[in-house]
Amino acid sequence: MITFRNVSFSYDGKSPVVDDLCFTIEKGEAVGLIGANGAGKSTVMKLLLGLLTGKGQIDVDGLPMCRQNLSEIRRKIGFVLQDSDNQMFMPTVYEDMIFGPRNYGLGKEETERRVDEVLNLLGLQDLKYRPNHKISGGEKRMAAIATILAMEPETILMDEPSTALDPVNRRTIIRTINRLPQTRLIASHDLDMILDTCQRVILLSHGRIVADGDADRILRDRQLLEANRMELPLCLQGRNKAFPDSDIFP
Amino acid sequence: MDRLSHARSELQEMDALAAADSPVHRLHPLCKLLLTMLYIVTVVSFPKYDFSGLVIMVLYPVLLFQAAGIPVGLCFYRLRIVLPLVCAVGLANPFLDPTPLTRLGTMVITGGVVSMATLMLKGVFSLMASFLLIATTPIDTLCAALRKIHIPGILVTLLLLTYRYIGVMLEQVSVMTEAYRLRAPGQKGIHSSAWGSFLGQLLLRSMDRAEELYHSMLLRGFQGEFYYADMPNCRASSVIFMLFGAAAVLFARLVPVVSLLGSLFVR
Repeated sequence: MITFRNVSFSYDGKSPVVDDLCFTIEKGEAVGLIGANGAGKSTVMKLLLGLLTGKGQIDVDGLPMCRQNLSEIRRKIGFVLQDSDNQMFMPTVYEDMIFGPRNYGLGKEETERRVDEVLNLLGLQDLKYRPNHKISGGEKRMAAIATILAMEPETILMDEPSTALDPVNRRTIIRTINRLPQTRLIASHDLDMILDTCQRVILLSHGRIVADGDADRILRDRQLLEANRMELPLCLQGRNKAFPDSDIFP
Repeated sequence: MDRLSHARSELQEMDALAAADSPVHRLHPLCKLLLTMLYIVTVVSFPKYDFSGLVIMVLYPVLLFQAAGIPVGLCFYRLRIVLPLVCAVGLANPFLDPTPLTRLGTMVITGGVVSMATLMLKGVFSLMASFLLIATTPIDTLCAALRKIHIPGILVTLLLLTYRYIGVMLEQVSVMTEAYRLRAPGQKGIHSSAWGSFLGQLLLRSMDRAEELYHSMLLRGFQGEFYYADMPNCRASSVIFMLFGAAAVLFARLVPVVSLLGSLFVR
């Protein structure tokens, strides 16, 4: 369980990027974190990972966020970065996958078991020994998720997981996210994907929570979304409504 | 392919080269590392006028290049930038040491010329041996071997990350150069007026990228000490190779093999 209690953060010490945030994410929940650019989504994630330190209290499974608990908290949380190139820094997919487990002191056999299990789950067996610089963007994104799953975290954070993916790879990512049993917090502008993967949505604006609740309800609220520089998911707009001036859709 | 992409692919080829399979690749990394270190120390220890004694040391890298299936020419090609610098080290010697040492026909060979040639050979041989080690040992296992001989973790981590970051840095330079070229058609290279901002942007981007990578490492349990690949078990063949190699190197250092061979023909 993740708890934010009155969490605030500012980069310059003046204007807060995250302002008095309070929310709780229960075990196994899939939560979408949405908001316009600069709303504070990535900052929330970095605060949760202990990469930034703000005011207020953050608890992860009862462990308060502090230097002593940082290692234990990071072991519980896996973070899929927006740019997979920054996540895949070892020469091959395999070496990247064993990086986390081996750093946490897991033995060779256990690490191998996890690697094979995750690759099977994601259908990526062919990528195992491929060099990172020779796989496509979609494969790299899947491999980046695999490196996190190999750590068997209890919670997975994803920052814009569908960015720069073609429709097939995007669909694969959505299927993969939906199969994961872990608690998931997904920050994205892709509201269609959020609708497909999350039961709950937290809408941020200027570092504050504007709405927190059922994904279906919030993502259908055109007025609320537009007031916060967002739009209805495309699947809810209807093709001709999405492009009212277009001649393409009769 | 532009020069930057070429440099990147050369770097990647080194990884591929190190991952190949040959009797030399299969040797234990620690044995290779120790033997290379002994070889370099021995080469450097030759007296400055002992050119003929030093020549025999060429056998070590040449034979191992053959056994590893790596053309010697590839080594010189990859080291094409460093080699002239190494060779340039002794260029001043002929002027500093004009003592006549021997004659070649009517030509007087001074001590400076001989010491220059000896210095050049020492540099070239040391580079060849280092290249051979890197080309036959993956960087992770090499770093693991360095840790085994108690080289401080911080230095080894620095070496490993530098090796990895060169690729990342080249990638950034490549992207920026491409963006520049697209908006400066017909221009050769980057105009001097843009160098400042180009380098500044490169530094900022590299720092951002480095920070992201570091975060990614931290979030996967990195605590200052890099995880190194498991070292293979040290087989008897590796130890025998190392002992035999060390004996051969020391023999070549202590016994003037070339002079003895020469004395058989010249009385």
